[in-house]
Amino acid sequence: MTFIPHTQQERDEMLAAIGCAHIEELFADIPSSIRCSRLELPDRLSEPELAQTLKELADRNQVPAPEKSFLGGGCYRHYIPATVDFVLQRAEFYTSYTPYQPELSQGMLQAMFEYQTMICQLTGMEVANASHYDGATSLAEACLLALGLNERTKIALAPGVNPRYRDVVETYLAGHHARIVTDSSWSCDLADLVDDDTAALVVQTPNFFGQFEDLDDLAENVHAAGALLIVVTDPISLGLFRPPGEYGADIAVLDGQSLGLPVSFGGPHLGIFATRTSLVRRMAGRVVGQTADAAGRRGYVLTLATREQHIRRERATSNICTNAALSALAASVYLATLGAQGLTTVARLCHAKAHYAAGQLAQLDGCVINRHAPDKPFFKEFALSLPKSVAVVNRKLLDDYGIIGGYDLSAEGKGFDNTMLVSITELHSRAAINQLVSAVRDICA
Amino acid sequence: MSEPTLYELSVPGRCGTNLPECDVSKVPLPDALVRDCNGLPSLSQQQVVRHYVRLSQHNYGVDSGFYPLGSCTMKYNPKISEAGARLDGFAEAHPLQPEHTVQGSLSVMFQMQEMLKQIGGFAAVSLQPAAGAHGELSGLLMIRAYFKDKGEPERCHILVPDTAHGTNPASSIMAGFDVVELPTDDKGNISLAALKAACSDKVAALMLTNPNTLGLFEQQIEDVIACVHDCGGLVYGDGANMNALTGIIRPGELGVDVMHFNLHKTFGAPHGGGGPGSGPVGAGELLRSYLPGPVVIHAPGSESRDETYSTAMPDSSIGRMAAHFGNFGVILRSFAYILLHAAEGLKDNAHHAVLNANYLKARLAEDYPVPFDRICMHEFVCQGRPENTYARAFDISKRLMDFGFHPPTNYFPLIVPEALMIEPPESEGPETLDRFVEAMRAIAEEARTSPEKLTNAPVTLPIGRLDEVKAARHPVLTDPATLSRR
Repeated sequence: MTFIPHTQQERDEMLAAIGCAHIEELFADIPSSIRCSRLELPDRLSEPELAQTLKELADRNQVPAPEKSFLGGGCYRHYIPATVDFVLQRAEFYTSYTPYQPELSQGMLQAMFEYQTMICQLTGMEVANASHYDGATSLAEACLLALGLNERTKIALAPGVNPRYRDVVETYLAGHHARIVTDSSWSCDLADLVDDDTAALVVQTPNFFGQFEDLDDLAENVHAAGALLIVVTDPISLGLFRPPGEYGADIAVLDGQSLGLPVSFGGPHLGIFATRTSLVRRMAGRVVGQTADAAGRRGYVLTLATREQHIRRERATSNICTNAALSALAASVYLATLGAQGLTTVARLCHAKAHYAAGQLAQLDGCVINRHAPDKPFFKEFALSLPKSVAVVNRKLLDDYGIIGGYDLSAEGKGFDNTMLVSITELHSRAAINQLVSAVRDICA
Repeated sequence: MSEPTLYELSVPGRCGTNLPECDVSKVPLPDALVRDCNGLPSLSQQQVVRHYVRLSQHNYGVDSGFYPLGSCTMKYNPKISEAGARLDGFAEAHPLQPEHTVQGSLSVMFQMQEMLKQIGGFAAVSLQPAAGAHGELSGLLMIRAYFKDKGEPERCHILVPDTAHGTNPASSIMAGFDVVELPTDDKGNISLAALKAACSDKVAALMLTNPNTLGLFEQQIEDVIACVHDCGGLVYGDGANMNALTGIIRPGELGVDVMHFNLHKTFGAPHGGGGPGSGPVGAGELLRSYLPGPVVIHAPGSESRDETYSTAMPDSSIGRMAAHFGNFGVILRSFAYILLHAAEGLKDNAHHAVLNANYLKARLAEDYPVPFDRICMHEFVCQGRPENTYARAFDISKRLMDFGFHPPTNYFPLIVPEALMIEPPESEGPETLDRFVEAMRAIAEEARTSPEKLTNAPVTLPIGRLDEVKAARHPVLTDPATLSRR
């Protein structure tokens, strides 16, 4: 099945209007010597065959209920209200493209304007763009912005930054005379990572291990050294906890997957980027602004386009064109549905349940919570050190209890051997947590 | 239209959903870390739903009508793909799960890599990039790493034709190169003389879009590629216009060293109001080991488990371009699209896209002059200024809205004054194209007899022409209503 509506008669009439006898004549510019032979692709499937094939492939994945999975590490299975997918399925939204023609795209433009507004409120920042691909690429763009401000060549990364984000920043920096500096010791003073060649300090809070960093006075010290402070954070935590703007951050970077998007094997997610008004003309990505028509009726347009590749070409602030608009729409519907009170409740539930889980697990023989930094407060994730290897424990959890255990941190350097990152959301009931605790007890006994 | 904003609709105390009660004991919060208020609005669920339904009614997508936005391939998005991406097994699979528990997703990715290799004529494919421009950056970073390893780091020029998408020069700069622009000749091809003059031991690569953004096949493509290779440079293929050539040529076989595909263009994934897209990169033998990763590999089963697919970084990989495996949800939609079409179907798409574009061009040429007038591929560029008028492409576009159409791309490529870049994908039948022709002819007539109808347009929408200058001069980028209501 294809989606070509033309009948033979219609084709013939169109060719006659063009003055051709056969479609093949329209390809006369392409020498036969460079034509390819028939593509070797799988045989065509009918729609029911495709539906069956997709279902069989989906069934080959083992996907336990959210409360039977304790994986996080940057992607989380929070509850997604039904309103979100209801709106995402409105074809007027999902089959449109970048709203270059504002009068025909007011719906998406207003939704993006409201998205920018809610992101600014949530992060405590002044301006937000209309999205990047994911949190990691959003951070890479933030680092490039900082490097573009002056002649400095270092990006300092705090030890708790998501290692995958660090990898992406490193990839992006390959074309620039810049390098990443970091310090893997937990006792380091973050401000000490900054010197007079540092363009920005990147701090993640809650960090990759789920713990809050101490950001008091940090911005002041970073700014005194002439660098920017980039804060990576978790949008759910902002329902309850102080936002990057209150700590004096220059740029806030988040992955918005938690806000109404399924984990979807890692994408599409949502790169959130918010900054100060003074940096807006250096910011990458689309931005929606409010304006009016000749009759004074309020409307919205893409604006400040002189930063962008389609206008400025090699002088643009970034190459980004296609972004993650539909993901931003999902986040907006999520935030609007939960509202001020709802997001606070989700954050409180995550916090309380994670602490309950940590408390129960800490009572097991040989189990330690946050061994690397026991005094730092945490939000919805914590590092659980076990008396056995994580690989062994996780395999038994899955095979014998149908539970997907936490992310194995043993690859994250010394101090994390036999340690997993346990992630808890509002979807983990007390009973589900108790089940994990008793399973770990049995396995480690 | 004036739909109130979320903040104008907000009434403190409302909430749009019920959340579970806390079933564990309360723990004290770290007070110093707690904020006063999170600044979100408060609405009932019905308010939220009505708000977004009304907003959707003020938006135009492919499912609303003809959307001939050039270079964007706004084709029909099959609904079965949407259903497939929402299957729990796919949507709820976590990227950090053990590989043996996600064999379904890895199988989709492996098959997709194989199919794109076949379609593009490449040795290997990485699905990581999240969009076309992201694929460009990946490919250019691969080229950079290749020349570094080869001991030729002085190759710093990227040759970019003046018809290229703006992303090409922007990506070049992001990858740390300098841009050298190449002019177009009088037939709409890259000027071979200028290319020869620019080729030197400074050249890292040429970025080639074929068909180019004039919708024309690069007639001297073999000479162009040879010329760049002869000076030691590589060829980057911008696959944005691949819909015209799928099943007809394989860029890798022609000597293109690395290329991105736009799954949201050629392979029917929806554009999502601006994204997410997906921009997989294919590479020939020379560059395959530099691809971003991880990529999916076929591995023999281990122990008692029948594990078949695994992930790995290519040997000299430039690294990760995104946190995980790319936009799996978009990749899955295009996987479904390719399975529905198979080899014949994809080639039929190319044939009918080219048929549609040439038909529209032939029928519009009387009113809208076509520079570089030769057989076009999947799109063409005409001048939005009918003879003996002072009309502008911008005004014609606004007037098209009153006739119920989405306008074509305006003012691009830059080398055609008053450019209208028109792309009618294969899923549009002749009756739609004929209605569009009638509208365009009526507008040309208005341009001659009552030009104010163009400059005043649109007049049939809930809002009139918006003041973009005001928006840029006095930016209002967040809702002022947050100051008064929450």
